[in-house]
This record gives sequence, C-alpha cells and structure tokens, in this order.
Amino acid sequence: MMLAAVRPGREGDLRRLLATMNREPGTADPANVLVPFGRFERLHFARLAVLDDPTLGDIEAHGVPRPSLPIYLAFIGSCDGDARECLADLAERAGVGLRRIFAHCDGFDAQDDVLAWMLAHRRRLAANYVNRVGRTVRQIKEEAALQRALAARVMRAPLPSGADPQRLRRELIDFVDAEVSAGRLALTPSESTPVRWQLAELAHMVVTPLVVLPPLALLSPLWIPLLRAQEERDPEICPLPDRALLHELQDLEDRDVSNQYTAIGSLKPGPVRRWLVIALLALIDWAARHVFTRGHLARVQTIHFAFWAFLDGKRRVVFTSNYDGGHEAYMDDFINKVAWGLNLSFSHGVGWPRTRWLVSRGARIEHQFKNFQRRHQLPTQVWYKAYPGLALADLERNQRIREGLELATMTNAQAAAWLQLL
Amino acid sequence: MTTLVRQERAVELEDVQGLVRFAYGHLPEVCVLLLRVKNPTAARAWLANVKPTTAVKGTPPKTALNVAFTSEGLREVAVAPELRDGFSFEFDEGMAGNSARTHRLGDVGANDPCEWLWGVGDRVPHVAVLLYADRACLAAWEASVAAQWGDGFVCIGRLTSAPPPDALDCEPFGFKDGISQPDPDWRRERPLGDHDRLAYDNLVCLGEFLLGYPNEYGLYTPRPVLDPRHDPNGWLLRAEDAPDKADLGRNGSYLVIRQLQQNVQGFRDTLARLANGDAAERERLAAAMVGRTTSGEPLVGVRTGAVRHDDAPLNDFDYESDPRGVRCPLGAHIRRVNPRNADLPPGTPGILSRLCRMLGLDATARDRDLVASTRFHRLLRRGRRYGAGADTGIHFMCVVANIKRQFEFVQSAWVMGTKFDGLTGESDPLLGNRRPDAGGFPTDGFSMPQADGPDRRVDHLPQFVTVRGGAYFFLPGIRALRCIAGARGGA
Repeated sequence: MMLAAVRPGREGDLRRLLATMNREPGTADPANVLVPFGRFERLHFARLAVLDDPTLGDIEAHGVPRPSLPIYLAFIGSCDGDARECLADLAERAGVGLRRIFAHCDGFDAQDDVLAWMLAHRRRLAANYVNRVGRTVRQIKEEAALQRALAARVMRAPLPSGADPQRLRRELIDFVDAEVSAGRLALTPSESTPVRWQLAELAHMVVTPLVVLPPLALLSPLWIPLLRAQEERDPEICPLPDRALLHELQDLEDRDVSNQYTAIGSLKPGPVRRWLVIALLALIDWAARHVFTRGHLARVQTIHFAFWAFLDGKRRVVFTSNYDGGHEAYMDDFINKVAWGLNLSFSHGVGWPRTRWLVSRGARIEHQFKNFQRRHQLPTQVWYKAYPGLALADLERNQRIREGLELATMTNAQAAAWLQLL
Repeated sequence: MTTLVRQERAVELEDVQGLVRFAYGHLPEVCVLLLRVKNPTAARAWLANVKPTTAVKGTPPKTALNVAFTSEGLREVAVAPELRDGFSFEFDEGMAGNSARTHRLGDVGANDPCEWLWGVGDRVPHVAVLLYADRACLAAWEASVAAQWGDGFVCIGRLTSAPPPDALDCEPFGFKDGISQPDPDWRRERPLGDHDRLAYDNLVCLGEFLLGYPNEYGLYTPRPVLDPRHDPNGWLLRAEDAPDKADLGRNGSYLVIRQLQQNVQGFRDTLARLANGDAAERERLAAAMVGRTTSGEPLVGVRTGAVRHDDAPLNDFDYESDPRGVRCPLGAHIRRVNPRNADLPPGTPGILSRLCRMLGLDATARDRDLVASTRFHRLLRRGRRYGAGADTGIHFMCVVANIKRQFEFVQSAWVMGTKFDGLTGESDPLLGNRRPDAGGFPTDGFSMPQADGPDRRVDHLPQFVTVRGGAYFFLPGIRALRCIAGARGGA
C-alpha cells in the first residue's frame, strides 16, 4: 500500500483524473492510458482511493477534539512476487501516468523519481490476508482456460452404467497433453518459493506469538477489567448512513462477480485500546500468514485479499478487501459467520456497536453494524481485477482440477471425484 | 432499540392484516387493485373507515380485503409528515427506484422496468387493495368496494387471478406450488437470543415477518416509531422496546409484489429439445430444475422429523443427506430459494468439532459452508397464478420485515447469483435472466451432479420468466392504518 496526502485544493482535479481511468463507474479500464493495469501480468487487484474520512468528528463523543488530518490518496495493489519489483515494473511502464496522478499529492516534485517516491510512501500493513498464498495470476488464468477446455470436452450426457472413471480421466489427460503440445493450453509449473522468503515466514511464525502473547497474558488482569468497563461506557455511533453516500457506494458495486470494500475510522483514545489493537492486529496478521493461507479466513471463503493499515500515528485504521458476491451477502457472512473476528479487529474503532468480552455482540447487532460499516465505507475511485467473472469458488475448483490432472495415479473413487469437478 | 427482549406481549391479532397469517386458499378469486390517489380527502376517508380482514382465526371469511401503501402512496395519504419517516431505504426508494437496485435484482434486459406494465414513473401505485372472494363473487364485491371511495382513487391496474379449480395450487409450468412456507411463531414460543442454531427449523421468529416483534437476531427490526404527539387520536400501541414511543410499525409488514410472466410454451419446447422428445426424460429434467416433481415430491426425499414445526409432509426435508446435489441439484429452484441449512455446517457433536467448524478448520464442513444461516432469509409467500395462454404467470407476493435482508437477498444472491453455492455459469433455472457475467461468461447453463462422473449439464437455456411490474408496499397494522389516514376515535 502506498499512501500520500492530497495537496490542498487538488482533490477535485484528482478525482476527475482518476475517473478517466474507468470503463464503468469505479471499474478500471484495464488498458487505460494512466496505469494500464492489464499489462502487468503479476497484478491480481489494484485500487486507487481518496481517503476523505467524513467521520473524523465522531471522536468528540470521547471528549477528544476533532483532529485535523489530511485527505490521503491510497494506491493499493496485490501482486505476485516481490512488492519492490512490482513497484519498479509499474514505475518503468506506467511512470508517466503515475507521475500525473502523484502530481496531486503533497511533496511530489516533477523531478522526483517515481519509484523512489513510491517506495518512500509505502506503508507497512498491520495485517494482510491472502486467500491462497502462492496462487499466481498466471496460474489462475491458465487453470481457468484448462477448466473451460475440459468442461467443453467432457461428456455431458448421463453416464452409461459401468463407465470407467479412470479411463475417462486418462482420455482427458491425453486431450490436455495434445492441447498443450499444440500451444492451445499452457500449464506453467509453479515457481519455487525463495528460501529467504520461507525463512522469513518461519521466523515470523515463531517470533510474533513470543512477542505478543506473553505481555497480553501477563497484563490481562489489568487490561481485561479496564476493557470491560470501557465496553460498557464507549459511545455507539451508528446512525443511518447518508443516502447520497449510500447511492454512490452502491453505484460502484456488482459490476463483476467480485466487489471492493474500503473503509476508514478513528481508534478509540487511550492506551488500552491502542495497545490492544496493535497486539490483536499482529495476531490477525500472524493467523492470516500461517493458519488461514489455504482458501479461507475462518469460515469466510469469499475474500480474495484483505488489508488493515494504521494511519496518522495509529490514530486511524483503513481496511480494504476484495470479496465475491454482493455487499449484502458480504455483510451476511460477517454477521453470521465471523462476527467474533470482526469484533476482535474493529471494536476499537470509535462508535462500533457495543461488544461484550471483546468477541460477543458488536457486529451481531445487525442494523447497528450495517449502519456503522456503510457510514465508514468510502467510494473506491478506481478498482481493477485481473480475472473478471471468476470467483474464489472457481479458482479453488480450477486448482483442484489441475492438481488432479497432474497426479500420477488415482483410485477409482478419486477419479470419479475428479470428474465431478468438471 | 438493540437490547434483547425482556418483555413480551401477546400478538394483537385483531390489529394484524389477515394476509400475514393466511393465504386465503379457500377463496380462489383474487384481484389486487393498484390505485393512485385522486382526491386525498376522499381517499383518507375511505382508509379511515375500511375494515380489513384480520389475522384472528375463526370461520374462514367469505371475502377478504387487505390494504397496503407504497412510499409514494404514504406521501399522498399520510396526514402528517412524521408518519412517513423511519421506513427502510428499500421501501422509500421503491423496487424500481434506482439503477443499482434494479441491476442487483436482475431487472435488466427483458426485465427492465422501462418495459413494465406498472411500478415505474406515473405507474407506481399509491395503494394496493387486495380483494379475495369465492368463485363468481369477486366482480360484485370489487364493484361495491370501489363505490365506497368515490373519486378518492383512480385504478391504474388490476392484478386478477381466477384459475380453474384443478389448477388452483399449481403454477403455470405445471408444478404444485405453495408447499413450503416458514412457520411464523405466532405464539411467541421460540426462544430469543443471539446464539447459533445447529439445525434448520421451519419455526421462525415473528419479527421476521411482522414489525414490532423481535427477529431471528433477537432484535427489533428498525421501523417507524413516533413521539406520541404525532398520534393525537391515540391509535398506536407503544413500542415493546421503547415504551415511550408510539409504534407505527407494530403489526405491520412489508409486502413485495412482482408480476412474473411465464413463457410456458418456451419452457415446454426447451425441455422437449433437451430430452429429444423422450417424455420420461423431459419430466426428469423439469423436476431437476425445480427440485420437486410436478406433484410436489421433493427430489431429495421426504424425511420425517428433519423439519420440526411443520405439518406439511412434502415440506419435511433438508439437504444434509445430499451435499453434492446428486439427488436434488444445488442449483435447483427450490434449493436456491431456500437452502434449508443451519448456522453451522453439519459435523460430529462435541465442543472440539464445533470449534473447528466455527474457525473454518474442518475442510469437509467448509465445503458445505458457502451458503449458511437460511433462517435470516425466509419469505412468507402469498402469490397467485394469473392468466392463461401466452399471458400467464405468477403475481409473486411475499411478506417480510426486512426487504433487503429477506426478499432482495434471496433474489440477488441466491436466485440471480451466478456463483451460488460454488456453482458457475448458471443462475436460477426458472427465474434467471441469462445475462452473461463480467468477462462475457455465459450464465444460461444448468448442472446436475451425477453420482460417479462429471455433472450432467444443459446449456443455452432461454429466459423463461419475465418481470412485468412490481413494487414494495407497507402492509400496516390496522391501528397504524387509521393513524396514517387521520381517523378520529382512537383507543
């Protein structure tokens, strides 16, 4: 994620410029002249969003004066491989367009090196969730083509009795081999994960709990009662969202089988919330990197990528995600499947519906939660997805098809199950 | 308004319009009069005195009358501006009120509101008067009712239904209809609270269908509650969750009406083509698309006791024994509109298994968890078939407390959803609008999983059902109706 304050007075121009990148409201033209996202083969998703927080004044309910904080431009992308390389690639091939965009930001000089400037404005994520770690754009596209070819090839009539699933599979493998040889399908072997990266992940897996858990546990007699008292006292701020905002948000949605979500909010004042949210986001990041790396975040299987990042010296948090299905279904999953997780990560935000013991109630208070999240949501001005029309259920199924294809031997039952994926 | 329920009163059945409780199946003729206000004084006078049929059980009535408003109608009729506030966004904006909604509901292409017979522009009704009568009795009853309001209203549409006796419970494609209904908890016995339900159950909290009562979350759905000043004649009851407020919503519901035209010939021709003229195969395909045989037998099989609180034997089943959809395809119509699942996917009993399922760590459970918590998306259906020949279909009607979470969710995520339950390239086999997904991927297929091989799949299904009109209504409690119309008297 890249973050830069918008130069005062340039916000309107910036919004107009960003709108020229779109094919439909909020949906980027993959070939737009500023940043032709479609040419970057490693890029899954990208977004440009103007972070202008209309709820900044909410903190006055805690007796804290409304702070004066900048409006930011956030540029967020999810790409395969090393982030630095991706940025370098962007700077090289879209430098002119990026320069035009960043010219609306504080401190950007026409002489500045775009890459150096982007690196200088990179923000560390507080927590980072990836649906399936290691699945590349190339793999997704190749496997989707494979699935389409096999689905068109496979016999669709009712199976004759005594049909041999092994033989059927063998025939399909031969077909795929022929297609690959003819250059009509490609199944590039996955690149090996760099050892350095694996070691760093291993170190993170071991070190984070050692750093976070002992103080959290040791200090629990202190923070639990304090937190519990605050939970009872903290104001809930969940009025109906503004209708114009709601229309603006809805107008950007449902143009693909996936959607984007960007939300911002201030953290409750005081050291308990501050240290708790730091610790909990570190644990969520840990869980996302080491536990939920294979197709699901707890029970939710429809989130491609999700990020949490601190802003303004940990006074605010921005949350962004790319998810499948409509907004109401996303909220439905949040409330019915992972309300506890939402409470863990977001109940430190000013105005969140009242929680009990950190995980209970909160997001379960349906209409309060729905009002809260819509009120804190921001329109995402430009959103790009590399594989329109494909949902995670497709990606998962296509990957299973590919894996089954490459398996040397299968039992009859396995072969039948594999055929069912087609 | 967010506290869990602490006090409970019995339901004031005499204040609830009968449609919420009864489908009036014994009254075969129906006419929904779509009215626009011409003379507000005369319209109010009629509304202030009309006697809607109530939800009190007794001798089945010989005729029935219910009244509902659109938000435009409320603006015309309500005596005070405060009586128009506090309704949901969806109701305020109307079914065809904004393009994002239209798109979400699948009302694009042939379903586009531009083509509707009613429900857009100056063809948005203000009031719907629903009349039910016995055979051959409706015309006279309708004339006598219309005479009462004088120049209060002009009629812009009549949704009539008078099916022949043998087709009364059968929709135009030939399937027995109206079998599955949620069972609203009229006696308020269902325990309230905020905990997971581990089994699908047909008993549903009253607050899912009637405003002013706790819903499945144990909460009161937002609704109009007023300062009692705005109810000078004292018609309104006090809100259960805010005793100093007058509850305009109490005993009221939202009513969704959609005119769905069915291309019966197209449906038959398509099936005949797909089955190559084989009659038994045609029946099998049709049943797979619906999820029931024409006589209503669920393909998944009836199981005694799967659904508690239900006396309809054909409704006593869930899909737990058919996770892949081998018996009843995942995308079959009745499986999409009511997936019959619990809050957690099934698994072995015990705290550890439950924790694993809660955290999504059980892979088998996860495969069955793409769709969950059906209980928050139930619809009380009150539709009737209409017409004959080329112009036939269903006047779809449903009663809900939350248009967005119930009707709109089911319509957009489950019926029109092209990725429902992990499927791809298909939407509801009967209702789908066949509009390609982003990227140009077709959505006009239908897949039928087989026990031992690739799914059977049919492609290029045409659109069978076209939306011809629709609107969101508020079906008020009778006291609320009087209050809105400014009736004198009060309680």
